[in-house]
Amino acid sequence: MKKLTRQDLESLRTPPAETPEWIRVQLDTGGVAAGAETVLSALTQARDERRLTIPVLRAGSIGYSFADPVVEIQTAGMPRVHYGHVTAELAQQIIEQHVIGHRLLDDAIIATRRRSISLSTPVTHILVRDTGPESTSKTQFFQFSFREELKRRGLAERVQVVRAEDIGIYDEGAVVQLLPDGVTYANVLAPDVARIVGESVEGGHVVDDLLWKTPDKQVRVVLRHCGSVDPDSLEDYLHRAEGYQGLRRALFELTPEQVIAELKASALRGRGGAGFPTWMKWQLTRAQPAAQRYVICNGDEGDPGAFMDRSVLESDPHAVLEGMMIAAYAMGSTKGYFYIRAEYPKAVERVERAIQQAREHGLLGTKILGSDFSFTAKIRLGAGAFVCGEETALIASIEGRRGSPSPRPPYPSVRGLWGMPTAINNVETLASVPAILIKGGAWYSAYGTATSKGTKVFAVTGKVRNAQLVEVPMGTTLREIIYEVCGGVLDGKDIKAVQTGGPSGGVIPAEHLDTPVSYETLQQLGSIMGSGGMLVMDKTDSMVDVAKFYLRFCVDESCGKCAPCRIGGYQLLQILDRISRGRGTADDLPLIRRICQAMQRASLCGLGQTAPNPVLSTLRYFGPEYQAFIEGGPSYARKMSRGGGGGAPPPAASRPATPAEPAAKGGTES
Amino acid sequence: MIKALINQLPVEVAEGTSILDAARRVQVKIPTLCKHRDLLPTAACGICIVRNKGGNKLIRACSTPLENGMEITTHDREIVDVRRSTLELILSNHPQACLTCGRNGECELQSLAADFNIPMESIKRYVKDTPPDRSTGSIILEFQKCIKCGRCIQVCQEIQNVWALSFLERGINTRMAPAGDITLAESPCVKCGQCSAHCPTGAIVENDETPIVWEALHDPEKICVVQIAPSVRVTVGEAFGLPPGTNLTKKLYAALRRLGFKAVFDTNFSADVTIVEEASEFVERFVHKRGPLPLITSCCPSWTDFMEKRHYDFIDNFSTAKSPQQMLGVLAKTYYAQKLGLDPAKMFVVSIMPCTAKKYELSRTEEMYASGFKDVDVSLTTRELARMLKQSGIEFLQLADGAADSLLGDYSGAGTIFGATGGVMEAAIRTAYHYATGHKLEKIELEAVRGLQGVKEGTIMVAGSPVRVAVAHGLANVEQVLDRVRQAREAGTETPYHFIEVMACPGGCIGGGGQPYGVDNERRKLRIAGLYQDDRDCAVRYSHENPEVIRVYNEFLGKPLSQRAHELLHTRYTARPIYKR
Repeated sequence: MKKLTRQDLESLRTPPAETPEWIRVQLDTGGVAAGAETVLSALTQARDERRLTIPVLRAGSIGYSFADPVVEIQTAGMPRVHYGHVTAELAQQIIEQHVIGHRLLDDAIIATRRRSISLSTPVTHILVRDTGPESTSKTQFFQFSFREELKRRGLAERVQVVRAEDIGIYDEGAVVQLLPDGVTYANVLAPDVARIVGESVEGGHVVDDLLWKTPDKQVRVVLRHCGSVDPDSLEDYLHRAEGYQGLRRALFELTPEQVIAELKASALRGRGGAGFPTWMKWQLTRAQPAAQRYVICNGDEGDPGAFMDRSVLESDPHAVLEGMMIAAYAMGSTKGYFYIRAEYPKAVERVERAIQQAREHGLLGTKILGSDFSFTAKIRLGAGAFVCGEETALIASIEGRRGSPSPRPPYPSVRGLWGMPTAINNVETLASVPAILIKGGAWYSAYGTATSKGTKVFAVTGKVRNAQLVEVPMGTTLREIIYEVCGGVLDGKDIKAVQTGGPSGGVIPAEHLDTPVSYETLQQLGSIMGSGGMLVMDKTDSMVDVAKFYLRFCVDESCGKCAPCRIGGYQLLQILDRISRGRGTADDLPLIRRICQAMQRASLCGLGQTAPNPVLSTLRYFGPEYQAFIEGGPSYARKMSRGGGGGAPPPAASRPATPAEPAAKGGTES
Repeated sequence: MIKALINQLPVEVAEGTSILDAARRVQVKIPTLCKHRDLLPTAACGICIVRNKGGNKLIRACSTPLENGMEITTHDREIVDVRRSTLELILSNHPQACLTCGRNGECELQSLAADFNIPMESIKRYVKDTPPDRSTGSIILEFQKCIKCGRCIQVCQEIQNVWALSFLERGINTRMAPAGDITLAESPCVKCGQCSAHCPTGAIVENDETPIVWEALHDPEKICVVQIAPSVRVTVGEAFGLPPGTNLTKKLYAALRRLGFKAVFDTNFSADVTIVEEASEFVERFVHKRGPLPLITSCCPSWTDFMEKRHYDFIDNFSTAKSPQQMLGVLAKTYYAQKLGLDPAKMFVVSIMPCTAKKYELSRTEEMYASGFKDVDVSLTTRELARMLKQSGIEFLQLADGAADSLLGDYSGAGTIFGATGGVMEAAIRTAYHYATGHKLEKIELEAVRGLQGVKEGTIMVAGSPVRVAVAHGLANVEQVLDRVRQAREAGTETPYHFIEVMACPGGCIGGGGQPYGVDNERRKLRIAGLYQDDRDCAVRYSHENPEVIRVYNEFLGKPLSQRAHELLHTRYTARPIYKR
């Protein structure tokens, strides 16, 4: 196996020209669960039958879980598009119609997020999509109108009108997008069709009064290559994703101190939830005199509904490895561990392969790329205990001990794995690092708020139209994330609250939707950023049930070591259960508060300290719902459980293993 | 040195001192249920929370070292409220069975609950119905009463290296149990009882056999005799409020007689016999080169059990001499019975031991029936004896001094120090030196093998040859000693030690699993000091000079290591599986 050299990486700074034609099937866990493997073989088979040469490639996921399986395609003379909900039949059509016939498919294009405000290339395709209540028939109406208008002007041959499945703009009437540039019009009415064709398609001008000027809210840093590179290909990462350029810069242009300074300039904070400044963690570990230091990637993502880390590990494993290596270089470590939960077999497999490829190509081992830096990485599997995401429990688990937290201090940066200084960084944190090294800390910190810089990935699930991964700059509001990026609430219902931060977080009621998301603002509202789970709830969801659901999770996952968490959580759940059966009493609410206080103040680790948050925040904002159960008694409780106000837990939350699936199915009514 | 304020009081402590320990220096007691002075903090109970000025979290005093400039508050409204709520939660998961509990009146949870006066109304009790484990006959695991503090597990795994106990399951279902969910008898347990000595509640208690003893005492057909172990005399007073180390030998003789025992013997006597046999064994091996070295002491039943399970490659090195408990039992039912014309079948021998494993030892192998009967019928711990004395209405501390019964009652200072770590070694050397040289050892107090250091080493010149000895206590300390011997064996070099003493419990028998509660190194030191004082107070300080020992050999046993001695006073060892399943 050829070892890479510094020169190889230097020469790759300008990436080689892109292959003009390819089809990429997004094969993350969600995609595979929805049938992506079948799609892959259907595409390959159809291609071979028609004796075509277009490569059918594998890729990670762009994060549009609502539309799995997703296929991205680029062919000469055609715009690069994503197709969603691809089936074997659709795969056949993609080959026949898109590849051979050079025509885009109706009702399958998703996530066209291009937002140009000027036209420079002649229009070849018009995407139409009505985003109002009668979307299907109106979309057909606009397709027909545009076709007729084009015919009338003799442009029908040149321009194809396509019904898109999703343009990424919601509740803005009919939306029209001109490809390849991406000029987008919203709230288009019937009389506008002629204007658009005349002025834009024929005349090459933008119709200003219809123009959609709002840029896409998403800024992809961590997810920037997710879905567009083959996670199993080091070559793809090197050629198409500026792969290991961050490491190259760190090793050959920067001292470890300068790397830490770059991180300090970026103001990146730990994305696992606590928000500890990453540079400081590295600095503290580096400052500790020791024969050996360790860096650990915490991939023990366990929040119900969260799948950020899984998706990144599955879609861009080399980026996480590169981030880990940069971290190791900065803190003077030569050994790293990926701690990944065993329920993520694909992530484990892909990280394993990434490590192997890196080793074979001299990116891991001794004197990497001819530098003085040596590093090896290993994988350790978590057995599925939520508490093992806690640093000291994670270390215990790697060491082969029972996964229970230990008191801090000593902090891992002083005495961690095998008693040595250890920095534990979350997957998302490490995945942000290569981009920061390539583009600079200042570039990164230009995004975000005064105290929370950069971008954050959220897994938006629950009663939301498009359950998906979202990456937005810090400071984006909850409303923008839910309504502008994810299309609002499922079935057009009214939003009641958003749960952020998973079981350690809290609910944020609809009236606070305009809160810009940051570590501090969410905390002020009684919730937390957490690792980035975001569960949308509508008016039918019972907040007592929501609190019960999250609390039950923590009670199940409590390691049992400390009394406040072990017994407090259990007793709290009993009381909530009693209340939700209409058997609560007026004394229960003060008792709940007292137990919550004991858990928050006296639990040993974050799990117990934060487990009461869903209870306290629902009490804070939806106290009357508890009151109603207590005053209404068993008959009220029975009415509620029959669906009077939404007894069942939110759908996504009830199936944390495949978080995107249920919402995704309902999310595209067309 | 660290300088800080605790409740506004300036405190100066060495670096690394916990807030809990620092607070004690300024007479501030921070309550805790899980921290034990012998052990590292587990930080489990959540009771010892305190506040550092400026910090937004409450921190655990047991596990947080005091830092320069800290301003600690140990008691304020919120802290006490949280403590109270946490305690209430712990009680909600604990049976309300205090009045019938083995720890009634001596329970750390009970006393904390009393301090806080918790009304048990608000939180519904949840205690999973789990039957106790009575499989060993030595120790009973009352799972329901466990508060999951983790002390027993730390003792079992870290201090003793036995690994019988662990936590199983998680969350509210977390429980202390033998690993693999087997019975304690099937586990690697060596019955040392250190778990019970460290348990804050009644979750691990000795198997109380006082009813059997009462039954025997009330049986007119039975001739009940009793023996008291070396260490019991300096610890039993603690159960009656006396300071550790107070020597109550003569009051014990009187009290036991009042309880109804027909004869009161002293295990110190048989300790002297053990020394005579063991020192003879040593001289055989060391001077006459008959038998392998090092010779390893075998009077601790937990140690022999541990050896048979984990270090059986040392079986040939073990002294075959029985423990003093067993020697006294067999001599009572043979020599004493013959001398007094008693029917050994009617004799009932009770031993008062510091130890839960002694309950196991008395039926360990067929050699424990050498008299033709069960040599020792029942073994009680110090704690059980204290309970019997309290039940009996005897004003124990006010009693006039009594005396032990002749034939098996006289003892030397060498016998009494058996109860302290290093004591057997010291006693054996005193006698072995005499056997090997024909002279008295001049400096009879072997400082090198005294004290609480985990492994102690020393060299004694015997007839011009150095005798290298090692003393280990706390089973986790054994391995390094044995490994040195193993390495020498493999390398074919000279053994690093000629004589090794091992006691399972830290501090030796004075720290035994059946001793009064509350042991820590302070108490261990005081108890040991009590024994060394007893040694100094003895007119005879060599086992072989004990007149009753001389007499038993002259009249009954013949010579040390004689055939009769072998039949009655020696035993055998076999390799045993660690897990009996």
